Amino acid sequence: MADAGDLELSRRGVLVASAASVAVSAVAAPKAQAQAPDKPSMAKVSFEVNGEPHALELDTRTTLLDALREHLHLTGSKKGCDHGQCGACTVMVGGRRINACLSLAVMHEGDRITTIEGLGSPEHLHPMQAAFVKHDGYQCGYCTPGQICSAVAVLGEIEAGVPSYVSADLTAPSTVTVDELRERMSGNICRCGAYSNIVEAITEVAQAPAAGAQA
Amino acid sequence: MKAFTYERARSPAEAAAAAAATPGAKFIAGGTNLLDLMKLQVETPAHLIDVNGLGLDKVEATPEGGLRVGALVRNTDLAADPRVRRDYAVLSRAILAGASGQLRNKATTGGNLLQRTRCPYFYDTNQACNKRRPGSGCSAIGGFSRPLAVVGASEECIATYPGDMAVAMRVLDAEVETVRPDGSTRVIPIAEFHRLPGDTPQVETTLAGGELITAVTLPRPVGGVQIYKKVRDRASYAFALVSVAAVVHRDGTGRVALGGVAHKPWRMEAAEAALPQGAKAVTARLLADAHPTTENRFKLPLAERTLAATLAEAKA
Repeated sequence: MADAGDLELSRRGVLVASAASVAVSAVAAPKAQAQAPDKPSMAKVSFEVNGEPHALELDTRTTLLDALREHLHLTGSKKGCDHGQCGACTVMVGGRRINACLSLAVMHEGDRITTIEGLGSPEHLHPMQAAFVKHDGYQCGYCTPGQICSAVAVLGEIEAGVPSYVSADLTAPSTVTVDELRERMSGNICRCGAYSNIVEAITEVAQAPAAGAQA
Repeated sequence: MKAFTYERARSPAEAAAAAAATPGAKFIAGGTNLLDLMKLQVETPAHLIDVNGLGLDKVEATPEGGLRVGALVRNTDLAADPRVRRDYAVLSRAILAGASGQLRNKATTGGNLLQRTRCPYFYDTNQACNKRRPGSGCSAIGGFSRPLAVVGASEECIATYPGDMAVAMRVLDAEVETVRPDGSTRVIPIAEFHRLPGDTPQVETTLAGGELITAVTLPRPVGGVQIYKKVRDRASYAFALVSVAAVVHRDGTGRVALGGVAHKPWRMEAAEAALPQGAKAVTARLLADAHPTTENRFKLPLAERTLAATLAEAKA
């Protein structure tokens, strides 16, 4: 009987195989406005991920998300749409949340990157991770790492006074309300529809003492 | 994604010169729109010039009493700047109405001005699109045109300019500062920056080859009540069906621009003279030359009602 590790490996194997077949069909497709060089171009980049320095030589096309997942094997950050629409790939760069799928790895020279793996561990959950568990802020869990990275950054943005589209007074300090959290989290899609529990989890962390210090 | 070579530019003038001298070169700043399009091979640059290290990331006061916004100021930072929130609220509101928090953290002032249309036929490389492949035709005409242009379009293209920020900049009479490949600089009024499609829909702005945006300047604050109202298919994180950027003064005069209806932010100073008479009088002039499709005809009454709601809010 296969143990959990084998299952994990075979699931990854399927994903790799399906990615390869996508690549083959892309090559077979007719050339659109062909002007790009045929040969891959390589470039070196160094950045810090979760406190550890890394030096990589990558095809310039490699996104930050693919560098994290395929080269550094930090598979906590997820690839959902790969077009910046779903937020599953959300990580923090210099403390600011971004879509790792819409950023080239080679453009992150010298950056400090934090992924879900850097926020907490199974033994020492980040308060936001613990709150998602407590409030059942997920169902399938695929969007969860992005939701949590985004949520931690959202509380930092509110603390820093960044306004949102639903802030009634642009010149007043930002507040943590359900409307504010829903607006600010709109770049993270959850197809299971765990939104109300996600809002409860974030609200609890925001109300805890020294919440801002966790970001 | 097609393979490309990559360089980090060291100065704006060097970047512009390199862009003009390298075949297939493009600038990359935030990359949130360009990389999306490169993955679909709608964009296939052979060379990327990274302009992020050029120090164009400051918002500074101008001697004229306005603000000079560096081309690399991120959307989040511009919207959150206390001077913008206080004196140019319509700009702050417009930026916050667009995209998501993650995208606004990356997207830049210059890049946002240059974002491409979200016309579904532009995005689908199997479809005819005069903007993506000049001369191939326009599948949007007679196709799914609900989100597309109702005014200023042509028989070659009915795409809209998708952004929010530029609509607010249009009512604020912003100016775009650039550097050209020969090192010379110029200033382009925002009204002249975006083009109508005509028979060259692939040419979206008046920028010349290799010309790099370095800043956007805002004139002295104009006061008034400043509102950006955006109507879309969901409450957040969607492109505008119609949007209204407005500056309304106590006497009922003001300025209005529409987003989501044309190939550029849509403002006519002559229509604004009718503001004291109400929304219907203004949109009747603004959209007098509209040629909607059966699918997007709803945008005409929607624009009037969105402006009416905006004016009512301004009075409240």
